[in-house]
Amino acid sequence: MTLDYKALGLRVGLEIHQELATSHKLFCACPPRLFREEAEYTFLRRLRPTQSELGEVDPAALFEFQQGKAILYEASRETDCLVEMDEEPPGPLNPEAVDICLTVALMIGSRPVDEIHVMRKTVIDGSNTTGFQRTCVVALGGEVYVEGKRIGIEQICLEEDAARKTGESGVLHRYRIDRLGIPLIEISTEPVIQSPEEARKVALAIGQILRATGRVRRGLGTIRQDINISIEGGALIEIKGVQQLDLVSKIVKYEVQRQVALLEIRDELQRRGVRREELREEFIDVTEVFQGTRCRVLRSSIKKGRRVYALRLPRFAGLLGRELCPGRRLGTEMADRAKFWGRVSGLFHTDELPGYGITPKEVAELRSAVGAGEEDAVVITSGEPQRCVDALRAVLERAAEALEGVPSETRGPNPDGTTHYMRPRPGAARMYPETDVVPIPITPERLERIRSALPEMPEERLSRLMREFHLNRKLATQLIDSDYLDLFESICRETKVAPSLVAVTLTETLKSLGREGVKVETLDDETLKQVFISLDRGLMVKESIPDVLSWLANHPGSTTKDAVKALGLELLQEEELWEIVRGKVRENEELVRRMGLRAVGPLMGAVMREVRGRARAEVVRSLVERALKEFLGK
Amino acid sequence: MERLSGYRGELRRALEEEGINIGDLISVRSRGFEYRGILMPRSELEDEWHIVLKLKSGYNIGVAYRPGETVIRRLGEAEKPHFRPPPPPVSKEGLPRVSIISTGGTIASRVDYFSGRVYPAISASDLYSVVPELSEIAVIRSEILYSVFSEDLTPEHWSGMARRVAEEIEGDVDGVVITHGTDTMGYSAAALSFALQELPVPVILVGSQRSSDRPSSDAALNLIGAVTAAARAPFAEVVVGMHRTTSDTEIAFHRGTKVRKCHTSARWAFQSVNTEPLALYRKGRIEMILKDYRRRDPERQLVLRDRFEERVALVKFHPGFDPELIDWLVDRGYRGIVLEGTGLGHVAQRCFKSVGRAVEEGLIVAMTSQCIWGRVHMKVYRNGIMLLRLGVIPMEDMLPETALVKLMWALGQTEDREEAVRLLRKNIAHEFSPRTLYQPWGGVQR
Ligand SMILES: [Zn+2]
Repeated sequence: MTLDYKALGLRVGLEIHQELATSHKLFCACPPRLFREEAEYTFLRRLRPTQSELGEVDPAALFEFQQGKAILYEASRETDCLVEMDEEPPGPLNPEAVDICLTVALMIGSRPVDEIHVMRKTVIDGSNTTGFQRTCVVALGGEVYVEGKRIGIEQICLEEDAARKTGESGVLHRYRIDRLGIPLIEISTEPVIQSPEEARKVALAIGQILRATGRVRRGLGTIRQDINISIEGGALIEIKGVQQLDLVSKIVKYEVQRQVALLEIRDELQRRGVRREELREEFIDVTEVFQGTRCRVLRSSIKKGRRVYALRLPRFAGLLGRELCPGRRLGTEMADRAKFWGRVSGLFHTDELPGYGITPKEVAELRSAVGAGEEDAVVITSGEPQRCVDALRAVLERAAEALEGVPSETRGPNPDGTTHYMRPRPGAARMYPETDVVPIPITPERLERIRSALPEMPEERLSRLMREFHLNRKLATQLIDSDYLDLFESICRETKVAPSLVAVTLTETLKSLGREGVKVETLDDETLKQVFISLDRGLMVKESIPDVLSWLANHPGSTTKDAVKALGLELLQEEELWEIVRGKVRENEELVRRMGLRAVGPLMGAVMREVRGRARAEVVRSLVERALKEFLGK
Repeated sequence: MERLSGYRGELRRALEEEGINIGDLISVRSRGFEYRGILMPRSELEDEWHIVLKLKSGYNIGVAYRPGETVIRRLGEAEKPHFRPPPPPVSKEGLPRVSIISTGGTIASRVDYFSGRVYPAISASDLYSVVPELSEIAVIRSEILYSVFSEDLTPEHWSGMARRVAEEIEGDVDGVVITHGTDTMGYSAAALSFALQELPVPVILVGSQRSSDRPSSDAALNLIGAVTAAARAPFAEVVVGMHRTTSDTEIAFHRGTKVRKCHTSARWAFQSVNTEPLALYRKGRIEMILKDYRRRDPERQLVLRDRFEERVALVKFHPGFDPELIDWLVDRGYRGIVLEGTGLGHVAQRCFKSVGRAVEEGLIVAMTSQCIWGRVHMKVYRNGIMLLRLGVIPMEDMLPETALVKLMWALGQTEDREEAVRLLRKNIAHEFSPRTLYQPWGGVQR
């Protein structure tokens, strides 16, 4: 489907969340690290939805609480203390994290606030042990330019990262609190992005600026984006926690498709004259219809003593099966709701039946049991009666929303770029001051100190690398995206090795060694630098670099000299080399006589095969030429 | 709320001149930049040069006020939130009746998301609406007795609490819950254990370690556990009911004389020392742990002995301790001293003269141990024996704080020193245990 995004009035805003590489967490002295082993200890909590001053309670949260939702937190003393457990008040706001945010602010022309006030933002899904996330505005306004277009920045916030979900069974949700409290910068753009591709580019550009500080964490999950998407006549949809940059444009594209399709369904329902009052809460037990069914899901459910319930959706026939975006139908949206509110495993609807082992005869009986005509759709689900009723009530609610168009929701990304229902969009963000953390004034002196040492913007850095080191754009970009930019510059300052060789080694060579299974992450900056110093001093040849690096990765703590020695790559003395060259000339006497001086090529090949890694090619060539002249001149 | 709460000096005058109040929508211009937002109260503890604004996004920021440069204008009044409490659940007929007496410390509250202020929920209907489960457990009557920080409570307040509880019991309730700040809750629990004798129904002290405005607060479960115990527990004693561990699964009920706050902030701060908790609340039920306890009996006649002598001190001995501190107490007319000695119950020989003089002057001097766990044994070392000879009374395995409260109480009952000593030595509310049982890790369970 091709869409005219401008005509549709697409507006996208991004919230980029990036973990900062500080020495400790935002409000405690724990290291900002994750642990992979089994939890050292666990504890169980329940988060109680609190009433706002307006007397309102987040309905999704209240529902989950009433269902008995409990959270089992997994912890380790290595990464967590009582602050993460909400057993101790937070310490002061980490000044290192504030400095990084101020750095980013000054880089993109955002105006730092005069005094930072930490707030509590109510979050009771379990991802925060307190029931709120601590967050603060560090700077307001600013801009980035993407292909010449100005993208306004609304604000820069500093917040604590949340615990990460590790599982869910029934009402018990598991979260690991190692990630909780890692400092996170949040950059929100104005909703001025107008195409999926532009969204991707803005996310990329902001990510590069963040990396240019050299103070952000790397790796999957350390940068996440929330995407707010709306089209004219649709609704504002918030898609939370997108981890892969490559998905951003796809998600925007599919969301636009979804909203357009939902608006078409709304128009179709209006044409059919479906009214809200016709959607009635008549949940009918149709277990009898499926007593002898061959449908595996229903059969096993009935066997366990559960029931099958049905709901008629008047004049919805054909609409539940209509595709909204790849693989997602209105029926899928209803199933998402049914799973959340009714905790059933799924549902069937007549647009996809007969099928799944359900016969035409059963469909006919089902229709007659609920009094549905051909123009109606029927939805069925199975489970405990109360759950069936809860699930079908949620389906009915979703059907009613279809009459209006696009319901405002918070959605989560699927790996293919489509999204699923998470919860209704919460009302106005419920924020109140964090009274355990004192406000932090930002002094002009502090700003001056940061301003005087601002990192280059990625674009400046790129052109400087190209200019100063004669790198092509591709190589320079790869360097900027790598972890080794600073190392590259320091090697080029301290050695005479060709910058392009250094750059290729630090990007492509390391990447391909990594793909071969070499543990390149064990190579620290100093080890890498020593390899180039050895090369510079003529202790090895550049062809040996990959072998030396692999060996060093397998032998942590060793030197380049150890590697060269162990691999037999020490350079030959000139006399030894001269003897080898002269030997090869004699061995190939016939060839030399036939080809004369043109025998340099084949002779080079023969010598290099023998001395691979132990002699520089230029030296070999000059010796071969000398030996040939000597031999022929005889 | 005061109309410019927390604002002082020049900034306050500037706000007053513009007729600005907290809650007003204002504009602040400075150095070519304009901020708009709602004026929020400022903490008294912060400087007087920043304006706190709530932005449209809900975030607060501080904007510097630079006299002569910053221009503040009032744009209008911000929309005030209107509170519409949801209808509280109706309590069911035929449930046990429980009185909740509030002494300070907020066990249940509602946040004003606008100002960040926390409003305590006090009335029964407030409590029901914040913790709806309560309406399934008991018919609640609630009232405020005091609104003081727990560190400001005095023995006079203990007497007041004891009298109030007695009146409630007189009024035929099935149990009493006292909400209390946690810092001195252990002292109050000990005081009530001595003041309320022959209890017919349980008296449960309860508090919260993590503020009740947060969704993760321990307050709601503590309160549910406490009200359940007050309504249905088989025991009729004074206990402290708080989280047993860091998890929201169990409430431990500790005897008022054996309980101590052992952690500054954590949910499991309250621990029974030298004994197990009396009972647990788990999955909606009360389970007894100790077998020897006074049973609930509504027919039993309460005996109220609510007087405390304030001229009693708890003195911790330490290396370098100056014995003149003891002399000073004697000179000031104190009637009793509880020593918190080292190890098995010792103080340095250089203190003997002052201790001896205290006893001679008619003071009661009792010995406890700063080890917290274990029992005082004063016949093992020579120093101990000497102190016994001087007339120091060993307090067995009693907590120093409990010993202090008990001596205050004993001296409150009688002017006669010998009678007070007799009361001090008598086991009144399980403050002494006859046997010291094995408690790994001091009984701190995880
Ligand atoms: Zn920590």
